[in-house]
Amino acid sequence: MLKKWRKASDVKSSEITPKDVFLNRRKFMQAAAIVSGASLVPAFVNSGLAATAPGYGGKKYPDVKKTAFGEAEKLTTYEGLTTHNNFYEFGTGKSDPFRNARTLEPSPWSVEITGHAAKTGKFSYEDIIKPHQLEERIYRLRCVEAWSMVIPWVGIPLADIIKRFEPTSKAKYVAFETLVDPKQMPGQERDALPWPYVEGLRMDEAMNPLTLLAVGVYGEHMPKQNGAPIRLVVPWKYGFKSIKSIVKISFVEKEPPATWNIQAPREYGFYSNVNPRVDHPRWSQTKERRITGEGGLSALFTPKIETKYMNGYAEEVAHLYKGMDLNKFF
Amino acid sequence: MATKKSRRIFKPLVFLAALIPLGWLVFALYSDTVLGTKYMTADPVQKLDRELGDWALIFIILALSVRPLAEIFKKGELVAYRRMIGLFAFFYVCLHLSAYIGLNLQLDLDEFIKDVTKRNFITIGIINFALLTPLAITSTKGMIKRLGGRRWQKLHMLIYPIALLGVFHFFMMIRADFSRPATYLAVILVLLAYRYWVKWKKTHPKKEPATA
Repeated sequence: MLKKWRKASDVKSSEITPKDVFLNRRKFMQAAAIVSGASLVPAFVNSGLAATAPGYGGKKYPDVKKTAFGEAEKLTTYEGLTTHNNFYEFGTGKSDPFRNARTLEPSPWSVEITGHAAKTGKFSYEDIIKPHQLEERIYRLRCVEAWSMVIPWVGIPLADIIKRFEPTSKAKYVAFETLVDPKQMPGQERDALPWPYVEGLRMDEAMNPLTLLAVGVYGEHMPKQNGAPIRLVVPWKYGFKSIKSIVKISFVEKEPPATWNIQAPREYGFYSNVNPRVDHPRWSQTKERRITGEGGLSALFTPKIETKYMNGYAEEVAHLYKGMDLNKFF
Repeated sequence: MATKKSRRIFKPLVFLAALIPLGWLVFALYSDTVLGTKYMTADPVQKLDRELGDWALIFIILALSVRPLAEIFKKGELVAYRRMIGLFAFFYVCLHLSAYIGLNLQLDLDEFIKDVTKRNFITIGIINFALLTPLAITSTKGMIKRLGGRRWQKLHMLIYPIALLGVFHFFMMIRADFSRPATYLAVILVLLAYRYWVKWKKTHPKKEPATA
């Protein structure tokens, strides 16, 4: 029974969706033309959203291995996941990254590896991904704001990459840092958050087979607004843990700082595992709005769905938190 | 006489202008639904909530600024539009509240009660709605007469704490980028300062030139 069910979902993701995406994009651009042509839109609402093409994506990776990671759930469309982002480096509005991310230059790109590891230094994007087989993994992404998506990532298990740098026994945590460059990231001209955006994982979390260093979506290079060219994906944690546009990875001994934890420690813990039993102080986390990519009335009236413990990945990760009081270590 | 005539022309215009934000939201939803645009983002529930809350606050601030503007520009007839603007503030507050209960909570009353009792910014929002409602109810000419000008005016001074609570409701809802609520707060404080200055001038009629 289960097998059959899995298969059905595979068909859905590998065959139906690309076409779906294609049609959606076409419809999207047509609509953009119609609306911007009509120019009925008041100036205070930026009509740019309909007029710009989504980022740096569009370049296919030649060899991406399909994996069993998949869902019976419908994928969020390419358009959906590239027009609705939290990426304050490009502005605090959901559509700001889509509008503003074009100034990001994901190529050439390098990542600095530092800390307790045998191999450290600056590595180019190509150096980092070349030795590995890229995989497609369909993961749910649950934002702390109680919405969620289903995204077909392209990436490499973080564990495989970490092993190459040979961290020492002192490396208890892995810390990540996003680029700081207000010229590329105009949102950084204002201090909406303290820059750079930083995040961290415990070593066993980083080494968990689910944790991904993602370099693309839908078989293509990572769109700029989604954290090009290289970002973290930790599917059982709230989305903000999955830090974008990474320029530095450090192996450290003590729990590293995490941006949202600094910003509001009462609300965002270091762990930030998806947990419907622990409310955010300002809203319930028991349910979520699944963002399919379809906007308008259908999205307005789509019933919410139950949020699952560890975002439905408890089988793979619950053991990491055995004996921990998750009300305290939220 | 002339003001009566201009009122007949301008009242419908102000009325229509006040409907523009709602009109835009309806158009945006229509366009997103039919043409596949994304004006309301892929998560229109959150967007609609925020937009309506924003407009509610803007109209509260507009209502507050009518009298100062009328005084400063010596256009007393402007005050004739204040009630309508205030009622539109109430209108957008009602829409904001309905969007939150109907679309965000999807009418889950258990969640609503939890939200109101556990989450301060929502508690404040609801209190604010409760404070604004009597002002809307007593906005008619009949009510002014029944209450008496003095008492009516006293009651309607509530709009200042309402505006401040509204901004705090906004502040408490976000955790980064406070520029928007900060702007609203600045405007409200200026309006409050003006009010106090006017009052101070009334109670301290100039006897001799104040300290030069």
